[in-house]
Amino acid sequence: MTINVAMTVNGKAASGKVEARTLLVQFLREHLGLTGTHVGCDTSQCGACVVHLDGKSIKSCTILAVQAEGGKVTTIEGLAESAEKLHPMQEAFRENHALQCGFCTPGMVMSAIDMVKRHNYQLDEATVRRELEGNLCRCTGYHNIVKAILAAAPAMKSAGV
Amino acid sequence: MYDFAYHRPKTMAEATAALKGKPEARPMSGGMTLIPTLKQRLAKPSDVVDLNGIKELAGIKVDGSGVTVGAMTRHADVASSADVKGAIPALADLAGHIGDPAVRNRGTMGGSVANNDPAADYPAAVLGLDATVTTTSRTIKADDFFKGLFETALEDGELITSITFPKAEKAGYMKFPNPASRYAMVGVFVAKTAGGVRVAVTGAGPCVFRVKAMEDALARNFSADAIKDIKVPADGLNSDIHGSAEYRAHLVTVMARRAVDQANK
Repeated sequence: MTINVAMTVNGKAASGKVEARTLLVQFLREHLGLTGTHVGCDTSQCGACVVHLDGKSIKSCTILAVQAEGGKVTTIEGLAESAEKLHPMQEAFRENHALQCGFCTPGMVMSAIDMVKRHNYQLDEATVRRELEGNLCRCTGYHNIVKAILAAAPAMKSAGV
Repeated sequence: MYDFAYHRPKTMAEATAALKGKPEARPMSGGMTLIPTLKQRLAKPSDVVDLNGIKELAGIKVDGSGVTVGAMTRHADVASSADVKGAIPALADLAGHIGDPAVRNRGTMGGSVANNDPAADYPAAVLGLDATVTTTSRTIKADDFFKGLFETALEDGELITSITFPKAEKAGYMKFPNPASRYAMVGVFVAKTAGGVRVAVTGAGPCVFRVKAMEDALARNFSADAIKDIKVPADGLNSDIHGSAEYRAHLVTVMARRAVDQANK
C-alpha cells in the first residue's frame, strides 16, 4: 500500500510517497537524505535512532512514517542554529569529549535535550544515568556523556532553548 | 516487514468498522511490540488499524474510588500524572520504569495489557490491584482477563477502552529488569486494598499470576518478613538466556519482599 505522507521536518515541509510499512527512520534517511539519525540495533533498545516528534523523544525505528503524518519532527540536523553555532547540547558534547566513535551520538543528543526539558533544566548525575537507559554507547563512553548533559542543562536554560 | 493496508480511524466506531470482517487485521496502539513483531516477520496482518488518532481513548480520570486510565494513555503520561501519583503512587512508579523514556513516550497502557506479554509490567498492576478492564463491548475483571502466554479474554475486534484501578491502602511494585530491554525478568506487584491483599507476579511465568500463599501471609502481617520463607515452585516458570526457572523462582520472593517494603514506605 502506497501512501502520501507530509510532515514538518526541522522546520521545513517534507512529503513523499511511502509504503505503509516504511519506518520513520527510513523516510528520514532514505527519502529525505537526513542520515544523521542512525539505525543501531533496529530493535528499540539502543536509541541511536531517537528523534523528536511533536517535542517528545521517540525511537524512529519503531514508528511508521505514516504515523508522523502532520507532525513536527526534529532530527540532529535540525538543532544547530548555523554551521558556526551549535546547539548548547552539541557544544557540551564537543567540549566534554562526550563521544568516541560517534555512532550513538545523534540519539544521545536528542534524548539528552528531551531529558533536560522534562526535568526543567535541573538534573543530577543519578537522574542523567537513569534517564539514559534507552541509549546505548558501545565505546563505554557514558562518563563524559553524563558530564556533557549536566553541563548543557544550565547552558540550554540561559540560551532559552 | 510485510506490507499491509494502513488505517487511521478518528473514532472507536471507525476503528471497530475497520477491523470488522478482517480476521487478519491487527489494531495498533503504541506499536512498541507490534512494530518489532512486524519487523521480524513474526506476524503478517492484512490491515493495521492505528488507534493513535482516537482522542477519546486517551486521558486519566480520578474519583473517590480509584483511577480510570484511557487505553491510549502513554506510559509517560501515567508516570507524570499528579492524579495517579496522588491516588496510586505505585502505579505511576511502575509506569515510570517501563522500557526507557522514548518507549514511554509511545507505549500505551491498553496496548500493553491487550498484548499480555509475559514480561510486561502493567499486567502485574492490573491483577495486583484487582482492576477492571472496559472494552468496546463489556467489562472484564482482572482475574478473568489474563488467560495465558500473549492470550487474554479479548475477542476478535474487541478493543480495550479504559482500565479502572481501585485505590489501594498500600501498594508497591518492584522488578528486576533485563539490563538491555528493561523488560521484567521478574516483577511483583503487592497491594492491600479494601478487597484484601493481592500479590501479582509478571516476567516469571508464561502469564502474570497470583501467589496465594504470600497473599494469605501478608493479610495476617503486611511485612516483608512474613513472606521471606515462601517460595514459588520453579516448575513451569520461564527459562531463557537471561535466567533459569530456578533463578526466577528465587527472584519472586526477593522482589515480593522489596515490593512490600516499598508499599510500607
